[in-house]
Amino acid sequence: MTAGSNELLAGLARQDPRAIGRAISAVENNSEAAADILSSLDQDVIDSVLVLGITGPPGAGKSTLTSAMIRALRKKGNRLGIIAVDPSSPISGGAILGDRIRMMEHALDPDVVVRSMATRGRLGGLCASAGATVRIMAAAGCEIIIIETVGVGQSEMDIIRLADITLMVLAPGFGDDIQAMKAGLLEVADFLVVNKSDLAGADALCMDMEQVFHDKQEEDGIARVLQTIASLNQGIEQLLATVKTFGLHLETSGIKEERRHMALDAETLDWIMEILRPRFAQAMSEKTERKDPRIRAKELIKELVTRQEE
Amino acid sequence: MAEQEKKSPYRVLIGKPGLDGHDRGAKFIARALRDEGFEVIYTGIRRSAAEIAATAVQEDVDAVGLSSLSGAHLRLFPEVIKELQTRGGGDIPVLGGGVIPDEDIELLLQAGVSAVFTPGTAAETFINAFTEACEKHSDDSGQ
Ligand SMILES: Nc1nc2c(ncn2[C@@H]2O[C@H](COP(=O)(O)OP(=O)(O)O)[C@@H](O)[C@H]2O)c(=O)[nH]1
Ligand SMILES: [Mg+2]
Repeated sequence: MTAGSNELLAGLARQDPRAIGRAISAVENNSEAAADILSSLDQDVIDSVLVLGITGPPGAGKSTLTSAMIRALRKKGNRLGIIAVDPSSPISGGAILGDRIRMMEHALDPDVVVRSMATRGRLGGLCASAGATVRIMAAAGCEIIIIETVGVGQSEMDIIRLADITLMVLAPGFGDDIQAMKAGLLEVADFLVVNKSDLAGADALCMDMEQVFHDKQEEDGIARVLQTIASLNQGIEQLLATVKTFGLHLETSGIKEERRHMALDAETLDWIMEILRPRFAQAMSEKTERKDPRIRAKELIKELVTRQEE
Repeated sequence: MAEQEKKSPYRVLIGKPGLDGHDRGAKFIARALRDEGFEVIYTGIRRSAAEIAATAVQEDVDAVGLSSLSGAHLRLFPEVIKELQTRGGGDIPVLGGGVIPDEDIELLLQAGVSAVFTPGTAAETFINAFTEACEKHSDDSGQ
């Protein structure tokens, strides 16, 4: 444990914004302090937080909805963490992280901890950084953590595995996106939020979605399709109340614990890939071969394992 | 050399303090930096110095870029620096751009702004300035 990591840990306990930001950078950049910090966090605290995933196509109103939820949850006195994920440019590797624009009313609230995060072109790795960020925010006293991420393809939704409860946000006028996602919707989303319900087409979208979620809804009697007008702060209380009921149901039924286990497994697997990738890349660069890639891969794995055992 | 140990991208905040509502310049800079591989946190228009500073600290950025067209740069830029200092982010360099008369540039530099740009500044110039500021900052903080 270095002096630097001790200082960061003490800062986290004090809920110091600078320390929280730095600790998150340490894990995001996989720096030396990261392992120290993560291994020192209290698992009970991590278990007790609620992680909400908000996903959906760009422009559906995820950030606006997140901001409205922050407003409502702050009235109840909860300390909150927000992880807002936006894609990195595949060409330059850079990113514009603009979700905060819609959340700036909370900028001076010390109990709203926001971190913007770019995908950095490696969704597996992102899952690992976002998972670590959840734990740091929990250690810094956040009780509810919201992860906002763009979700149109299956791979982008991977990060949603980190969430205890996932809300898919749609809006009228996203017909193509919705058709593309429809099949996978049930698998990823606990709730379907039809935002922009002030716009024409919202009712039709709701009816469509009610059909998709019909069976789930029958199971436990909890409404799965909810309407909001995030920009006017409407439907938010109802949404939060329903999510809360569902959260209790997850807890008592043991589903939350099960989901956490699966999330940890997924994250561990991501870490294995992160750690192994550069080693194999190195091994490959040492020996150019014109073999079938699958056979070559197996040979490389075998080589690395034997080298490890020696 | 497929997978070299790559440096993490620099994180910068681009903010618009003050009352003018034109963010073309700020957005242009944000996009240019993104295209050079920076991660740019954009906070939108009409932000207070305190909001910008609090956000910069929370997001642990390597540099803050401010844009002002309202003529209030002499008040606003130093105010952001001061707010950063009171929030433990005094080490974060601040760069500024906008419609800034020549005689004000020296004053801003004296007030602690790391670099000042005007509408005629070439993209390459401000990108280099951001790169330098970020490099220096991350070296100093030992990251
Ligand atoms: N009409 C209407 N517009 C909304 C609503 N919620 C958000 N918006 C607007 O939709 C646009 C995209 O919102 P944003 O929250 O950035 O979407 P995101 O990309 O999913 O995060 C913004 O211009 C919002 O003001 C709503 O309920 N009704
Ligand atoms: Mg958004």
